Amino acid sequence: MQALLALENLTKTYRSGATDLTVLAGVSLSVGAGETCAIVGPSGSGKTTLLGLSAGLDVPTSGTVRLAGHDLGSLDEDARARVRNQHVGFVFQNFQLLPTLTALENVLVPVELRGESGRRGDAVDLLGRVGLADRLDHYPVQLSGGEQQRVALARAFVNRPQLLFADEPTGNLDGDTAGHIVDMLFELNRTAGTALVLVTHDLDLAARCGQIARLRNGRRVE
Amino acid sequence: MNPIAAVLEPWTWRMAWRDSRRSRPRLLLFSLSITLGIAALVALGSMGRTLRSTIDEQSKALLGADLVLSSRQAAGPDETNLLQRLGGERASEISFASMVSFPGRDATRLANVRALTGGFPFYGRIETEPPSASEEFRRGEGVLVEESMAQQFELKPGDPVKLGTWTTRLAGTLRRVPGDSVAFASLAPRVYIAGSKLPDTGLLRRGAIVRYRTMLKLPDVPPVGDIVRDNKEEFRRLRLDFDTAEKRREDLGKALEDLNAFLNLVAFVALLLGAVGIASAIQVHVQQRLGHVAVLRCLGASMASTFSIYLVQALALGAVGSLAGVILGSAVQFALPVVFRGLLPFPIHVEFSFVVAARAAAAGIGISLVFALLPLLAVRRVSPLVAIRAAYESAAAGIDWARVAVFASIAATVFGFALLQTRRWQQGAGFAAGLGIAFLLLAAAARALVWAARRFTPARLPFAWRQGLASLHRPQNRTGTLIVSLGLGTFLLLTLQFTRSTLLNRLFPPGNDRQPNAILFDVQPDQLDGVVALLKGLGYPVLDEAPIVTMRIRTLKDRPVKDLATNRAARIPGWVLQREYRSTWRTNLVDSEKLVAGRLVPRVEAGAARIPVTLEQGIARDLGVGVGDRLSFDVQGLALECEVSGIREVDWRQVRPNFFVVFPAGALEAAPAMHVVATRVADAKSSSRLQRELVKSFPNVSALDLTLVLETVGNLVSKVGFAIRFMALFTVMTGVVVLVGAIVTGRWQRSRESILLRTLGASRAQVRAILFVEYASLGFLAALTGLVLAAGGGWALAHFVFKSGFQIPWLDAVVALLAVPALTVAVGLSTSRGIANAPPLEILRQEA
Repeated sequence: MQALLALENLTKTYRSGATDLTVLAGVSLSVGAGETCAIVGPSGSGKTTLLGLSAGLDVPTSGTVRLAGHDLGSLDEDARARVRNQHVGFVFQNFQLLPTLTALENVLVPVELRGESGRRGDAVDLLGRVGLADRLDHYPVQLSGGEQQRVALARAFVNRPQLLFADEPTGNLDGDTAGHIVDMLFELNRTAGTALVLVTHDLDLAARCGQIARLRNGRRVE
Repeated sequence: MNPIAAVLEPWTWRMAWRDSRRSRPRLLLFSLSITLGIAALVALGSMGRTLRSTIDEQSKALLGADLVLSSRQAAGPDETNLLQRLGGERASEISFASMVSFPGRDATRLANVRALTGGFPFYGRIETEPPSASEEFRRGEGVLVEESMAQQFELKPGDPVKLGTWTTRLAGTLRRVPGDSVAFASLAPRVYIAGSKLPDTGLLRRGAIVRYRTMLKLPDVPPVGDIVRDNKEEFRRLRLDFDTAEKRREDLGKALEDLNAFLNLVAFVALLLGAVGIASAIQVHVQQRLGHVAVLRCLGASMASTFSIYLVQALALGAVGSLAGVILGSAVQFALPVVFRGLLPFPIHVEFSFVVAARAAAAGIGISLVFALLPLLAVRRVSPLVAIRAAYESAAAGIDWARVAVFASIAATVFGFALLQTRRWQQGAGFAAGLGIAFLLLAAAARALVWAARRFTPARLPFAWRQGLASLHRPQNRTGTLIVSLGLGTFLLLTLQFTRSTLLNRLFPPGNDRQPNAILFDVQPDQLDGVVALLKGLGYPVLDEAPIVTMRIRTLKDRPVKDLATNRAARIPGWVLQREYRSTWRTNLVDSEKLVAGRLVPRVEAGAARIPVTLEQGIARDLGVGVGDRLSFDVQGLALECEVSGIREVDWRQVRPNFFVVFPAGALEAAPAMHVVATRVADAKSSSRLQRELVKSFPNVSALDLTLVLETVGNLVSKVGFAIRFMALFTVMTGVVVLVGAIVTGRWQRSRESILLRTLGASRAQVRAILFVEYASLGFLAALTGLVLAAGGGWALAHFVFKSGFQIPWLDAVVALLAVPALTVAVGLSTSRGIANAPPLEILRQEA
């Protein structure tokens, strides 16, 4: 069976002044449908860069990324955006809710981007499942950190993505709240069959994943 | 999806609306940047339309007749025949300059006396106060005098008036006469009398300069234009000047359109400045939204969709600002007739015009969109990576052609608008280029300030100074926007002010004390000794005295003038050939002239076959003659054969009798002459004393008081200047709105720094001092750059347009250098008051 996400020999080099800085060197990774994978490593090891390349937020200097059957290297930025919209969900460390939109509107953005209508019920339902049924019309600034991340979670799942990328999803949360969010993440993974790719420092969290990719100095170590 | 398709998507509009939620009051403020510019365009546009339609409606009343013929000579048999042939209804007017005195007030003034016979005006009416006066004076029961003169001497109907030897009473004051503009009438105040009373005045002596006008009301068919065309040769032969309502309409229309176009350009500068304000607001807005853009891109929004969200917001900003401008402009337009009163020959009633409003609104939306595109382009290059890595910066990839295209369309818009107004491509290009240079220089000055503040802020300066100067170069500083907006406003106002003083200096050069300021003319030869004695008796010097003989050119290089006038190949202006030359004789050059070619022959023997004369340089050029060429003059029917012996350059700005043609002594003494005498009086009081004494002994002698003329022309320049400054005020106010907008965005950006400083223990005074240093340096540099630009612009206008010298009026310059920084500091401190005064915690909560 073809992997949902297949990274082959990814290298990313940034030019900084006169010198080249290689942040990723020859990294390969494969994640199948419904699987979970944690990317771990010390700060500056290339975790976030790997996540960005996997989701098509940037293009590698060399190597290939196949996501849901699409070779991202052959697509332009708008086409990659369509792939993200159709197959991918995101959860960020700093939540990244649009501050001018209410909780419900934030959740509905990916749906609206598809040009779909009549999905308000789904969004309300998802917000109910993350425990925010009574906070639909609140703005991010009126919500706590944990609540904001739960809205982000609802937004990530509203398009029923095949793959969810989470960048330090609990990095900005206290222990109890973080545990609650992680439970929800895995719960949604299990019920919706969504594959999970997590970037984390938290080894306990990583241990709950089926696969762990360790990075050091831009290389995969194992 | 392309951006245009994306703009049409309902989702784009919904997102634009939602995205604006927290910034609407701020965005509304920014949208007001263009409001004043649009308001000015709407008001001027409506007035322009009203002017055109009023001129069309009142075209006949502009002249009061269908055809007016005027001449320096009384009608002879040929003229009488012509008039009989033309038919229609006739009225006539004999006008000349004379002193008029008001015995009840012990006052005298030079006036333009007009003796009217017949039913003029045939269209419109002579407006007087009281209204009955316009009929009374026709019956010979009193005279009408200019309203301004009546005010000057506090005259009331019934007061005695003395004109020459006729003593009568004041019937009323003149408000308006068809065909005359109020502004120019006040130069020589008019006095209307009935034609039948002219002999009673005894003022029409031989040699006096008199203008005869015949006003005709003609049947509708044939059209006046055809009559003029068929009789043009006859008019020329008889030396009759003609004027028609149609010609008046065109001339007046042209002059007013020019003024309107100029004011529209001034308004357009306000609009442009507003657009710069919008662009800078969008830039800040977009900078704050780059993170949101990245998130939307992560969630799968296309570049076009995200770009369109902010494009729609810019569009809405332009639309709201334009709508407010249309509303404000519709109110302001009713004030314009008051501003322009005194410049127009008729009252105007401005009405709201939908077309004008729509056009101005379209201009506002269009221009704010084009300007907003510059910062909006940044949205296209936001990488979705910014969502997970805030410091990520995408690499610049070569020339951004979209940016180049936006700059090109800004240039095209400015050029297009200027072209539309001036209808001359050189002027359009000149305006666009001048404005471009002003923008570039101001932007360069801003960059230089940023660089200098970063480089040269001494470490020993007090903390507040260092912080204030650092604000000039900190990331996302407002230095550029503020310098451009303030500098442009200063530049515009100072240029207008400088040009005004150039014009005044040109008309009235700051003279020395020995220059004449009163000129007595129409002095008959037998009165000359008496007048000189009177002057000396009163203690006034005779600075100049010259006899004047009136003549016309008969032949030029042995060819009759009649042939030359009809010969287009000769390329000699008709007025130069046909005008009446008032010439003098003298044996030497005077201070105001110098010989540039040939020689001046001081005297000739009586009966010389050919008289050597000198010509003024300009008239010699127009006539196409040089030293050695022959010409002959007709002096009261007698031919004088002459030869050009020399060419003189004359400084016409000097107030003294200057002449186109100067004869040697011995040639003209036998011709009927009158004299002019120039003197200098100390002040207005001695001037009126002189005028009173003159009128007592020599009622036909007129005194032109130049101090009064100076005042009148000064008033006229002020009226035009007021209209221009009124419009320029819109630019300045726009500058203030942009200033407030820029400071408000600065406040949002800086509030965290100020809060941090306050948290760390900075006093309110220190925070205020920091702001003071920042705004004072911005204001000063903007004023200085604006001043340098205005000096350049003022010099260019003086040099190329007015052909005159240029001196910086230092008082205006110093006022600008003090006022602009003061205004900046005042607006800056009052807008930032919340930051300095409120407790840090409160602000932290608000700004979170």
